[in-house]
Amino acid sequence: MQANRYNNPDKVYISVKAIFYPEGGFEPTSFIWEDGHEYEISKVIDIRRAASLKAGGVGIRYTCKVHNKEVYMFLEEDRWFMERKNNN
Amino acid sequence: MDRIILHSDLNNFYASVECLHRTEIRNKPVAVCGDPEARHGIVLAKNYPAKATGIQTGEVIWQAKQKCPDLIVIPPNFPLYLRFSRLARSIYASYTDQVEPFGLDEAWLDVTGNRHIHGDGLKIANEIRERIKFEMGVTASIGVSFNKIYAKLGSDMKKPDATTVISRDNFKQVVWPLPAGDLLYVGRATKRKLARYDINTIGDIAAASMKFLKSVLGKWGEVLWSFANGYDNSPVIRMNEETLIKSVGNSITTPRDLETSEDVQIIFYVLSESVAARLREHGFKCRTVQIHIRDKTLFTFSLQGKFHKPTNLSGDLADKAISLFRANYSWPNAIRSMGLRGCDLVAADSDEQLSLFDDEKQRIKQEQLEMTVDALRTRFGHFSVQRALLLKDPEIGAINPKEDHVIHPVSFFKEGNIL
Repeated sequence: MQANRYNNPDKVYISVKAIFYPEGGFEPTSFIWEDGHEYEISKVIDIRRAASLKAGGVGIRYTCKVHNKEVYMFLEEDRWFMERKNNN
Repeated sequence: MDRIILHSDLNNFYASVECLHRTEIRNKPVAVCGDPEARHGIVLAKNYPAKATGIQTGEVIWQAKQKCPDLIVIPPNFPLYLRFSRLARSIYASYTDQVEPFGLDEAWLDVTGNRHIHGDGLKIANEIRERIKFEMGVTASIGVSFNKIYAKLGSDMKKPDATTVISRDNFKQVVWPLPAGDLLYVGRATKRKLARYDINTIGDIAAASMKFLKSVLGKWGEVLWSFANGYDNSPVIRMNEETLIKSVGNSITTPRDLETSEDVQIIFYVLSESVAARLREHGFKCRTVQIHIRDKTLFTFSLQGKFHKPTNLSGDLADKAISLFRANYSWPNAIRSMGLRGCDLVAADSDEQLSLFDDEKQRIKQEQLEMTVDALRTRFGHFSVQRALLLKDPEIGAINPKEDHVIHPVSFFKEGNIL
């Protein structure tokens, strides 16, 4: 049985590029936002399980440094998502 | 020394998981309900705004909507709930290997051996609650006590997202004033019976004499008396310690009422194929088959029959079930739901007395045939191979109970417990 999927405007699914190390494990190096723009990840600061109340999902949360800002990227099963920033 | 038992209960589990994923409905009244088309249209779970309108679990959808016209009704998403249930268990597993699930949303944990590492029960419970909130985005209520029964009562006392400790010092003040119906296994009937003797609270049960309760309720009287007094000492089962399977069964509420013997026959074949496949999967044969019938007035009865030799063939199960049914049902009413269960299990590879009078070769052939069907279904899907009979009525023939029903009800009294 397949799980139903939910559409949430604040949940942005992204493409992620990563390096897989020969000794095992991997690290995301960049991601592509929905507008097609690619952002480089300069550093992964923290990795832990976490829920995203804003985007509505749970997974492994990567805290990454991008353009000197900290952003969260969530690996939920086999998809990555990010939370949309609202300007209000 | 006393054990430290935790009972963790994920608050409004299905509804909470839905509300986490659908931000737009979080603050509105929401109920997760079964499919009314398939006649499972009852409330399975609701969130707090829905609860505030008086909606209760088990109510049919129209009743709930009467209480709350803007209720948002959503269908269940079981694979997602299973995923969340596994996430919770993996959190529990980092504190103890004694984790005993009770349904998808509840579990007992014995953390006695952990007190020197993570601290006392209260501290561990609070840590677990924080992790569930942070890692899963839902909340849990946890009861901490020295036995499983009180721990469960504790998890019901403060909701949501709270810890309740019931210790030897406070249980008489905390547990005993609670209504008798709060105690595990005091249902409506037992509650009524007890009320006749002016036994209305858990304290009343504890104060009654065991002999008296036994005379009123049979062996359950003894069990409830020991529950009420905090004497329950059943262990929290270790993870992966496979509980001994005593029977394998399936039941189904059909999409429409069954009117004829042929309908019933189709459903018996559907059920017996699922039961037989699961018996084979677990390496069992059964010596007894039990059937369970509920008619549209909700009158329910069950019957059982013995095989003269153990079997896990769907044909055997179905034939026995159908003959039991034919001999005992005269169709006073159409039928709403049916169940079939294989019990009295023996290992499938145990030695067998061959018979001079049966065609043993034919039997072996039949067994191989059914195993081949299992293999085909694993590779190509359940409906790749079917009995022709089931095609006669696609509506009720196209049910796949083996895969559709991922959640089986559980009992507190598993192997290794009391009784």
